[in-house]
Amino acid sequence: MTEAYEALAKRAAARWDELHARPWVRVGTGLMGEAVGALEVLSALREAIERAGVEATISEVGTTGLCYAEPIVDVHVPDGPRVRYGNVRPEQVETIVQRHVVGGEPVTDLALASVDSNVPGVPRFEQLPMMQGQIRVALRNAGEIDPTDIDQYVARGGFSGLDKALSSLTTEQTLDEIKNSGLRGRGGAAFPTGVKWGFLAGNPAPQKYILCNCEEGDPGAFNDKTILESDPFTLIEGCIIAGYATGASNGIVFIRHGHDSPIDRTRAAIQACYDNGVLGESVLGKEFSFDMEVSLVGESYVAGEETALMEAVEGKRSMPRFRPPFPAAYGVWGKPSNINNIKTLSYAPEIVRRGAEWFAGIGTEKSTGTAIACLSGDIRYPGLVEAPFGLTVRDVIEGMGGGEPTGKALKFLQTGGPLGGVLPAEQFDMVLDFDEMVAAGAMFGSGGLIVCNEERSVVDLTRTLVAFDQMESCGKCFPCRLGMSHILEILERIAAGKGRSSDMELMERVGVNMRGGSLCGHGQLGYNPVASAVRFFGGEFETQLEEGAGALASFVGPKSTRRGAQMSGDTPTASVKPDFVMHIEAVGTSPPS
Amino acid sequence: MLSSLLAAQDELGYLPYEAVDEVSLCTGSSVNEVWAVASFYPNFRFTPPARHSVEICWGPTCHVLGAQPILQGLVSHLGLEGEGDTEDGSISLKYNTCLGVCPHAPAMSFDHELAGRMSLDEAVSRVERIRAADSAGEQQA
Repeated sequence: MTEAYEALAKRAAARWDELHARPWVRVGTGLMGEAVGALEVLSALREAIERAGVEATISEVGTTGLCYAEPIVDVHVPDGPRVRYGNVRPEQVETIVQRHVVGGEPVTDLALASVDSNVPGVPRFEQLPMMQGQIRVALRNAGEIDPTDIDQYVARGGFSGLDKALSSLTTEQTLDEIKNSGLRGRGGAAFPTGVKWGFLAGNPAPQKYILCNCEEGDPGAFNDKTILESDPFTLIEGCIIAGYATGASNGIVFIRHGHDSPIDRTRAAIQACYDNGVLGESVLGKEFSFDMEVSLVGESYVAGEETALMEAVEGKRSMPRFRPPFPAAYGVWGKPSNINNIKTLSYAPEIVRRGAEWFAGIGTEKSTGTAIACLSGDIRYPGLVEAPFGLTVRDVIEGMGGGEPTGKALKFLQTGGPLGGVLPAEQFDMVLDFDEMVAAGAMFGSGGLIVCNEERSVVDLTRTLVAFDQMESCGKCFPCRLGMSHILEILERIAAGKGRSSDMELMERVGVNMRGGSLCGHGQLGYNPVASAVRFFGGEFETQLEEGAGALASFVGPKSTRRGAQMSGDTPTASVKPDFVMHIEAVGTSPPS
Repeated sequence: MLSSLLAAQDELGYLPYEAVDEVSLCTGSSVNEVWAVASFYPNFRFTPPARHSVEICWGPTCHVLGAQPILQGLVSHLGLEGEGDTEDGSISLKYNTCLGVCPHAPAMSFDHELAGRMSLDEAVSRVERIRAADSAGEQQA
């Protein structure tokens, strides 16, 4: 153990005891809470505690993953039970504060679950249907710690993986741990992470970059943002470990502009690491230096593609580059780079701390560890689950997700994001496994699972997905740029009941050309949502093509594309604020000199 | 360049020509190059926004759970033909591809504060509350 870590751990343990020596109330704010009124609950709570005159700590934490129960208020009292309250409304806060925080007795009729304690009539947290079968590795601290407080992270074992690597493993041994764990990229392509790191480690350049991709433009996926909101330290630790294993000097976390809480919390966590000697010159007092920063990108789905991401980091239009050269040779600003998904990096600390064998023991032989799935749509318990590979889709949807909430039959899942496909209910016994799912024509992708019941139209959903893909085409390769527009036009025609008998074949022909003629996955997979929908629900397209078929409900989407259409007719008039120049000089990622 | 533009957009709510010129001077790029980036990302707008922003998600989960009736209802309630600003300058309506809170679909945001589990009635009443507060503020000013 390094001396620096020993001191950090000692201080953290003392802080942890202090936190538990008086009432501690945690509120799940962040995006998931905010959307259903957690901020109102938080301010009601602050007032109620002030009125009660009790000394208590209030922390803003991330989501536990049980989004259906948000806003969640988690109350710990010394020598008493710890209880999470679900679906809390501001007017219930007074009761919870008076009875539990002040009185020490849980309000059982408002309780969602007890944590690390037994309360008669209240289930334990891990016994909730949504938690059963979950193994939490990357989400182990979700909802447990204040995401900006480094002591709380360390008190729960944080940075011990990094400490182990720095004090007792060589860079090669660290890389071997990741290789042996079987960890594969969680961004969608499922490439073995250790092999990918090996490419970068083999490059002798003095300056190398680890890029953490939280572009997360996938509609239906929200796991990356949630990790950053709940526990950014896990990502930071994973990124430093990646830097150590590959000899990289810098890490950049790359987040989509627009949502403040993941950005603010990650920045605060990075600053806390600098303040405590975990980042910067000589990490944990060892001869290894690593710097990290947050960089913001504009809204662009294609920016999730690794070479387009590097263009965006450099401040340009996010359009993919030709490969080769590959990023490990020529990446951001021409420096060797390695791009990893947030989830992938978040596994690294626990893999190093508990060993490759432990991780390889979870999941299946070729897909080790856990899958983080985002459940939404027609499902009883929407939210975030971390399920070991090897479970079936049914275990996740009907077990953890609680199935359809209104008693209707489930029809299909939309998986793999807007370039993914559908999975019909008859195939829900499919095992969660990267290779098996691909072989069966499905895709796990980045983990967004949109559940649809029998009332949902496949043609209608496909039209929405294609409208998204069309709008998000960056426009660099014409087969994608024109092809997506063409396919959308045909789908709109079909949905309006005005399709032609040759339309299905025409779409396929366009799709084949897009696959062959596009630089990145966006164009190559652009026909995928249609192909998959036709494969499993071709009958619905045929019905819609029959003479006299009615129009589906109309669909209105954005009219603008990435070809500058939104600029037309704009005439800026207002004058610039005088302090404007100072602002733009004060921000921004400048290229290294 | 992109981060400068984002900062300008955050500060002013839109990118006037002057901002594009400034960014071009500060980054040593041509005005053309700056426009190329600014026109690519939907984050940017080039006219002053209305006083309040309302965003509505049309991503697949929200779509499945009924975003279209809300979106179309709100557009006609505001007297618009699609995305855009109301005539009185009170509301800018924008479609969003995913607000990131799919478990709480259908989702919207009002002045950048997220709101989930929406209905058309709720959306209209929130918009009207914003407008009422807005016109009260206007009269005071």
